[in-house]
Amino acid sequence: MASTAAGTYRHLIGAQARSQASYRTSFLIDLAGNVLVVGADLLAVLVLFRVTPELGGFAVAEVVLMFGLAGTGFALADLLVGNIERLRVYVRTGLLDAVLVRPLGVLPQLLALDFQVRRIGRLVYATSVLSFAVTYADIAWTPARVGLVVLAPLSGAVFFGAIFVAGATVAFWWVDSGEVANAFTYGGREFTSYPVSVYSGWFRRLFGYGLGFAFVAYYPALGLLGRPDPLGLPAWAAWAGPAVSALAAAAAGLLWRTGVRHYRSTGS
Amino acid sequence: MGFVTATATPSGAEKSTGQVAAFFAIAASGFRRYATYRQATFASAVTNTMFGFLKAYVLLAVAGAAAGGAGVVAGYDGAQLVLFVWVGQGMIGVVAFWGWTDLADRIRTGEVVADLLRPVPPVVSYLATDLGRAGHAMLTRFGLPILVGLLAFDLYAPRRLGTYPLFAVSVVLAVVTSFGCRYVVNAAAFWLLDIRGVQLAWLLVSGVLSGLYFPLRFLPGEVATALWLATPFPSLLQIPLDVLVERDPPAVSAAMVGLQAVWAVAMLGLAQLVQWRAERRLVIQGG
Repeated sequence: MASTAAGTYRHLIGAQARSQASYRTSFLIDLAGNVLVVGADLLAVLVLFRVTPELGGFAVAEVVLMFGLAGTGFALADLLVGNIERLRVYVRTGLLDAVLVRPLGVLPQLLALDFQVRRIGRLVYATSVLSFAVTYADIAWTPARVGLVVLAPLSGAVFFGAIFVAGATVAFWWVDSGEVANAFTYGGREFTSYPVSVYSGWFRRLFGYGLGFAFVAYYPALGLLGRPDPLGLPAWAAWAGPAVSALAAAAAGLLWRTGVRHYRSTGS
Repeated sequence: MGFVTATATPSGAEKSTGQVAAFFAIAASGFRRYATYRQATFASAVTNTMFGFLKAYVLLAVAGAAAGGAGVVAGYDGAQLVLFVWVGQGMIGVVAFWGWTDLADRIRTGEVVADLLRPVPPVVSYLATDLGRAGHAMLTRFGLPILVGLLAFDLYAPRRLGTYPLFAVSVVLAVVTSFGCRYVVNAAAFWLLDIRGVQLAWLLVSGVLSGLYFPLRFLPGEVATALWLATPFPSLLQIPLDVLVERDPPAVSAAMVGLQAVWAVAMLGLAQLVQWRAERRLVIQGG
């Protein structure tokens, strides 16, 4: 039974990939555009370092390392889960009703239904930025750090995936929520791309520690660089990412289940 | 839209007052149309506000780390940078960098032919609608980020009385220039069936080169000058914000707004030119 379900998903995703690749020019333009959009963000970081030697106490290579860790985690989550943001369209048009009556999980179906192959472009790009930053930054390699540089983007992807799902869930209660989720998904990526020491007050406490964005890229980067945290957390914080991501995923799952139960068709 | 039916040949004076009335009526309907998208407006303002916090903190860190500890970077102090960020976040919705595909959609479906039959030229009627939209954004999306910024940060208070009217003129010119650019981008649909590539290029270029990603004064002087003189992009955001935060002496500010006026006229002219070319080759598809 499980293998038939997996086969069905493979079929759904394969069909999406084929249909998107058949419009070759559009596909290539989308792919290139996805890369360039992230390139603009990196350009912004580099331009800032034209006028300042450090940002929040960190040099350019260290900030690009955080940018790369955040970007890779985000791009992976965006590729696998990002299209859930179309949930509000499915709720509005009633397509969700059709999804609910099929004998497959609701969330996996939605993810497979609109799988966007072009987002691979972002992932490839973000991974290259990360590889560049890892070689360029001064890292004294140990087996633990090799593990950390692989674990951090994966844990970041789970975290951002949870944010994507939680953000989309809003549509169950508020159909016209529009871009509100973007504040946390794209806003969250922006937050994690810079050292947390840049932010201050309640904003840092809420997003960095309350919601856990600080553990996506900032603390793993500190662990890789072997730097103490200027904000005072001990060195094990570098490894707290997976636990924070697991908590976030559990919370998002709970929200999702509540949302699906709460769902009443729009009725038209 | 009762005035549209007044087609009996009027005298010259009547005709021009009629056109002015039509322009305002179309602008008012643009305003009302966007006034119905209440929840979407609020959602966008929330996102703009979130990014306001992020950009403000990052730029404050830049100013704090600036050489010499004077806290001045590229001619801005911290309070000026923070005002730059928050008013910039408010202006995103007013200048409408993204998401305007009305014309391209109508070209693709062929509905644009109805625009050509109207007594008001398409560029003029779309401009009127867009000014109405910008007016609505000014009353809604402009305010929330600035209010939040005001509560959370120490914003620079402009010292020169003349700054406020100059900023108001500058914002109007920014909207007109942005409209001209967006019209040309959308009009590409007359030639191409899928204009996603063109739109993507606009999305990138307009964001990076207008000062939305970082103040353009952070770039090397020659690059910035070239952008100012050779492209309309600084007119969209950087110039109004530089005027408001009083980055330059009054005469320079006024000259920059003059440059904006040149770009506004140039982009409207280009939009009209593209429209004429398009009308000569337009073939409505379908049955």
